[in-house]
Amino acid sequence: MKVIQTNELFKIYNEGRGNEVRAVNGVTTTIEKGEFTAIVGPSGSGKTTLLNIMGGLDSPNSGNVFIDGIDIGKLKENELINFRLHNIGFVFQAYNLIPVLNAKENVGFVMLLQHYSEKQIDERVESLLNAVGLKDQIEKRPNEMSGGQQQRIAVARALASKPKFVLADEPTANLDSKSTSDLLDIMEKLNREEGMTFVFSTHDQRVIDRAHRIINLEDGKIKSDTKKSTQIDKA
Amino acid sequence: MKTLIKIAWRNVWRNKLRSTIVMLSIGLGIWSGLFIMAMTLGMNEQRMSGAIDSYLSHIQIHHPKFQDDYNKKYTLIDDANLTEQLDTIPQIKAYSQRLFVTGMASTAKGNYGVHIMGIFPENEKKVTSISQQLIEGTYFKRLKQNPIVIGKKLADRLGLKINSKVVLNFLDKNNNTIANSFRVEGIFKTTNSIFDEGTVFVKYQDMAPLVGLEGKFHEVAILTDNMEDIKAVKSEIVTQDSVESWDEISPELGYTQTLLEDFMFIFMGIVLLALAFGIINIMLMAVLERRRELGMLLCIGMSKRKVFGMILLETLFIAFVATPLGMFLSYLSITYFGKNGIDLSIVSAGLESWGAGSKVFTHLPLTFYWSITLMTLTVAFLAALIPARRALKLNPAEAVKII
Repeated sequence: MKVIQTNELFKIYNEGRGNEVRAVNGVTTTIEKGEFTAIVGPSGSGKTTLLNIMGGLDSPNSGNVFIDGIDIGKLKENELINFRLHNIGFVFQAYNLIPVLNAKENVGFVMLLQHYSEKQIDERVESLLNAVGLKDQIEKRPNEMSGGQQQRIAVARALASKPKFVLADEPTANLDSKSTSDLLDIMEKLNREEGMTFVFSTHDQRVIDRAHRIINLEDGKIKSDTKKSTQIDKA
Repeated sequence: MKTLIKIAWRNVWRNKLRSTIVMLSIGLGIWSGLFIMAMTLGMNEQRMSGAIDSYLSHIQIHHPKFQDDYNKKYTLIDDANLTEQLDTIPQIKAYSQRLFVTGMASTAKGNYGVHIMGIFPENEKKVTSISQQLIEGTYFKRLKQNPIVIGKKLADRLGLKINSKVVLNFLDKNNNTIANSFRVEGIFKTTNSIFDEGTVFVKYQDMAPLVGLEGKFHEVAILTDNMEDIKAVKSEIVTQDSVESWDEISPELGYTQTLLEDFMFIFMGIVLLALAFGIINIMLMAVLERRRELGMLLCIGMSKRKVFGMILLETLFIAFVATPLGMFLSYLSITYFGKNGIDLSIVSAGLESWGAGSKVFTHLPLTFYWSITLMTLTVAFLAALIPARRALKLNPAEAVKII
């Protein structure tokens, strides 16, 4: 089942000028449900831009993005925000937890925006905090937690509303090896047991090693698209 | 909504020092504005009540032409009828009949133009407070022959003390020059130095024969039970003479109060405008510092309306804490100085020439507190719109980037 589908995506900065940059240069790809995909490439290859377009945070100059069959380019701004709320989970490089909320409140925040009841939120939050191994950190605020713990809370938050997929932009960039390993274990487990789709943009070899599919970007184009069992060469 | 309120409230206290400073500045701004209003209005109220207590009283009755040029031939038309009427009006506390002549007070040291009031001391005592404002001597109790009560400023100018002689020169009803000697029995000091210097009181029975106006009066001053009765009492008096309330006799006294109130609101508006810029500055800083966090909220699906609302709430919370603080400080200080006064004797000469005493008693009606509270919250709300709008202009994808 296709979760994300992109057709001939282009994102061009300073189009027609001397300093034109083609951040995304005709990307067509599909992400299936349950995939654990890493988008890799050197700095400036367009990984983050592609991720942002997939997440509806940025709009392409041309091309389409379909999420669960819906062309998100046709949505108005408020509709897009609402679509993200209900369908997409985000994990950021800098964790981006709400500093004034504790772990429980951070994880449950998205569900609050979706108007779930307190009981439903409590149940889901407890289950997620268990899944990420942070049940004992429930009352702690982000500044009382390590980087690894914060990122695990961020993953829990991304999953709280049961999104169609999770986009993670360099989630391990600020973590040490142990924290990275723990985080990837959790994400793999969620992918395996709950069928959650993860799409990473990453430089981190540890993430690349764990990914089931690797999309290699260079100069905004897919250079190669490798699944662990098969390879699709776009070059 | 509950979570938004929780986040907004906690965000206010993220930087305790900064928030406290902003709240203190708003509170002190409100306090200073209200205190100055209370001082100014209190000063003017003292001036007004000083004038009413010293000579205006609540209502005065004159011949319709008397106040054109204070010509002594224009005595009251309905003398006897008036006193009969005034005796029957229940809201009248007291009244006093007066002769009013302009003349010159002379001593060896010099002379000075004065208004000479011929009064019945026992009645005058009930209507004005001059008898209670004596600083030396007595009020028409001791001397049998031609006593005079004068103001301190005049006494100083002419070198007069208790028992000193002063010659009053004036014209009688036939414009003959009259000069008569009086002896100082009392010296008074009001809050109005110009009044003190230019007004002297003598007994009616000493003055009337000299002027040739026995049994005649230029003025009846009436004191009502309270200010609210003035209009009703005025309407009950039926006479050919002119009946005027204090604000009709001295309209500038009444206008000044209204004018000052309006000016004070403008002044307060300017103070709040300055505070608004402070709020905008602080909140813009808060928004820019939290770009990444706000960008994240937009990314994960918090609507722009809610982000906008969150910033507005944070600003309003600052105002909700600061405003009562300012009001409380104001109420305390205004109440204290309303009872004890502020000693401004260092500038007493200026104040007394304006008619206000050297001790200023602050006063601010409660309605002002409500009005200023409303103004402050409105200004805070409007000030919040700028940083809140700024938050909406964030590009979520750009905002969450690490630089």
